[in-house]
Amino acid sequence: MVPDAANKADTFPKLLMRNAKSFGDRPAMRHKDLGIWQTWTWAQVLTEVRAYAVGLHRLGLKHGDTIAIVGSNRPKLYWSVMAAQMLGAIPVPVYADAVADELAYVLAHAEVRFAAVEDQEQIDKIRSVSERLPKLERMIYDEKRGLRDYDHAQLTSIDDLIKESKDAMANDASLGAKLDAGIAAGKGIDPSIILYTSGTTGTSKGVVLTGKGSINAAADTVAFDKLNEMDEALAYLPLAWVGDHYLNYAQGLVSGFCTACPESAETAMSDLREIGPSFYFAPPRTLEQLLTRVTIRMEDASRVKRWLFNYFIGVARRYGESILNRKPTPLKGRLLYALGNVLVYAPLKNVLGLSRVRVAYTAGEAIGPDLFAFYRSLGLNLKQLYGQTEAFLYVTAQPDGEIYSDTVGPACPNVDIRIAESGEVLFKSPGMFTGYFKDDAKTAEAMTADGYVKTGDAGFFDEKTGHLKIIDRAKDVGKLNDGTLFPPKYIENKLKFYPNIREVVAYGDKHDFVTVMLNIDLTAVGSWAERNNVVYASYQELAGHPLVYDMMEKHVAEVNRSLASEKVMAGAQIKRFLVLHKELDPDDGELTRTQKVRRGFIAERYAPLIKAFYDGSKEADISTEVTFEDGRKGTIAARVKIRDMKPVPVPVTEKAA
Amino acid sequence: MRAPTSGPEVAAGDVLLSVENVSLSFGGVKAVTDVSFDIRKGEIRAIIGPNGAGKTSMLNVINGFYHPQKGRISFKGKTRSKMRPHEAAHGGIARTFQNVALFRGMTALDNIMAGRTLKMHRNFFWQLLRFGPALAEEVEHRHRVEEIIEFLEIQAIRRVQVGRLPYGLQKRVELGRALAMEPELLLLDEPMAGMNLEEKEDMSRFVLDVNNHYGTTIALIEHDMGVVMDLSDRVVVLDHGIKIADGTPDQVKSNQKVIDAYLGVAH
Repeated sequence: MVPDAANKADTFPKLLMRNAKSFGDRPAMRHKDLGIWQTWTWAQVLTEVRAYAVGLHRLGLKHGDTIAIVGSNRPKLYWSVMAAQMLGAIPVPVYADAVADELAYVLAHAEVRFAAVEDQEQIDKIRSVSERLPKLERMIYDEKRGLRDYDHAQLTSIDDLIKESKDAMANDASLGAKLDAGIAAGKGIDPSIILYTSGTTGTSKGVVLTGKGSINAAADTVAFDKLNEMDEALAYLPLAWVGDHYLNYAQGLVSGFCTACPESAETAMSDLREIGPSFYFAPPRTLEQLLTRVTIRMEDASRVKRWLFNYFIGVARRYGESILNRKPTPLKGRLLYALGNVLVYAPLKNVLGLSRVRVAYTAGEAIGPDLFAFYRSLGLNLKQLYGQTEAFLYVTAQPDGEIYSDTVGPACPNVDIRIAESGEVLFKSPGMFTGYFKDDAKTAEAMTADGYVKTGDAGFFDEKTGHLKIIDRAKDVGKLNDGTLFPPKYIENKLKFYPNIREVVAYGDKHDFVTVMLNIDLTAVGSWAERNNVVYASYQELAGHPLVYDMMEKHVAEVNRSLASEKVMAGAQIKRFLVLHKELDPDDGELTRTQKVRRGFIAERYAPLIKAFYDGSKEADISTEVTFEDGRKGTIAARVKIRDMKPVPVPVTEKAA
Repeated sequence: MRAPTSGPEVAAGDVLLSVENVSLSFGGVKAVTDVSFDIRKGEIRAIIGPNGAGKTSMLNVINGFYHPQKGRISFKGKTRSKMRPHEAAHGGIARTFQNVALFRGMTALDNIMAGRTLKMHRNFFWQLLRFGPALAEEVEHRHRVEEIIEFLEIQAIRRVQVGRLPYGLQKRVELGRALAMEPELLLLDEPMAGMNLEEKEDMSRFVLDVNNHYGTTIALIEHDMGVVMDLSDRVVVLDHGIKIADGTPDQVKSNQKVIDAYLGVAH
């Protein structure tokens, strides 16, 4: 029923008007302000956004203009997107934590005339690069704090703007009528939004998406997961990321579910618990951090509680998943699981804020089988999807009941997938992009002659399940000098599944053997240090501690044993490793904004370490420049030790698979 | 923020508090000798000096905790030789302490709520009942506390016991509690002591914001010269309990007596 209605509305503003009519009294948005959840219904949102749009129009925003949206998940920034779209202008969300230089690149490339920003911090950041943005005329801000003494010649508060427009609209009915006529005339094939990619491969590109494509894609997945206006989601992922725009904005408008905005980024976890969303998305990293935190707290718990937890998590691991998948399960298992649910699983899910979750997704990185199974065994319907910005997120998704930790599911409804001869995954989908903004050459590069989009990922369809499996980025799969296959991510992921290890970078392509750089997880290793009386003054000191090295050596040895057991990978065992003296950080360009490692960049930056890996040195000096949060730079110098590993002998007697 | 209920209004720029010829000694130890200075409404006033100069004693005198043997203190035109701390608090003076003095077992929220005690009109038994007018009053106070929590950006630690918080955040909660009293004069005793650079920058910003946003007059003691010179409008310098300089940061910086007191004199 919902998707049908959605098909008629081909732009988001039309959907908003439909929602205000169909379920105007249902909550559309929530935001925690001054410790209390404030709620707006769809009808109220429409009133606010219409006034906002009129205000923007009066400020001079026109059809086809671009407007930057910079800040965290706040109702008024979502309204900025809606209001711009009402006028036929194109919103360009930018990562709120981007440093001034990145911000300037996107704003200049998108040629924005307006910017809707969260607060003083973003205004200061944009002002610091204003000479690179000659086209920028005006900034509109949400949070007034600290801005009282600023020159308001080019600044407007969103609140004031909405209020003034409401007064103006009350006096002059033609303003509203003109706006409504503009919305009705809006075309679904016009650009609806430009999302800049996170820049895994070089500078970021502006992905242009249309309203019609976006809505069609969202309508398909809303039907796939049976979302409706009774559902609720917490919008805590970056506004500029395709995931947030798809999962919360597009699906929210199509299905009419309520989007809740956390009080601040730091309170997202407790807000999650208070809201109790029914639709939830979390990247594997977040799920991992949650589990690490639970594990650490359980280690500090009393004996009885620890025993209960360990026993019933064991029960869940044995029976939980088959119960969730509605497979036959022995009666004893069912009874134990029911008991465990009362004593452990339900309270645990409640603490994590996942009690009401009906559909949960994870994507972005490979998820550890143990981690995945842990959440599923608790009864959380966690599924995987595969997608990218160019597809408007979804390419594949796992349907209920067909869940595997190592696949990403079959093609989504109306999505067509083909595997190229090189192994690269190609797709055609309803939501796919129309091109990169102002970059026809890159657009042509990303498409095949017959209109399929190249994902850049290598994968294949699993014969048993018919699901797609992604191995690595197509261009990243390398070979050791002896010809052994070397998929770096595969090795990195195996190590990253240990809670003590936060990040891994593996090298080996065109070398004799595999080496890895490790980042410790400060929460987990710090807690271990506390329990074991290991004294340290800084991250650097803890990372270089001999006992920490011993612990890491054990993890690497285990991974080597696991690699040795696989015929193809036995030659790619890790020969040497080191623990990095600083955390890899997106501000230093070592990770992308979506927290993926930039292997090539790191290899250049830490060249002395790579050299030491392969010339046999026992330690190496390294000095790196770091960028602080306020944009200033400093250097960190360290002497990093390198450990050698003994290779695990490959078992002579091969077991048949 | 509402003006405190007692006392006449003082216009911005006028003298809010003046200290006249104050001397304080503990037995034979002279902590403060014949010191006079004033604090004007709306300014940030710093009291600096080397260790043992009598800065904290001076603050304790202003706050009514110590009673000087000689001299007078007038606050908002009312002159008193003796004032008890609770009178000072009622009159609109709030303070923070050199070593954090919070209720460690209570949450940040409860600690800041405690700062509202003086503003509560219903008596203890009404509050125990937590019903009708007492409840309405608590809701009103909670709203003001939430404004302070947002102002100081401590939403994430609202429900955390302060004993578990890092030092910099504890200091911020303490500032929050002092702000909850809606003071006219805020006394800060070494607000940045023991903080790292980032925490100091945060704290400086909050001090400026408090002054700017609420219009609160601030008197602060601080050791970090950079912080003092950046923040304050006027500085008074004490050495061995005697006032040796008083003026704008620039005047004080170039004062030979101050330089001697800090760097020592060649003999």
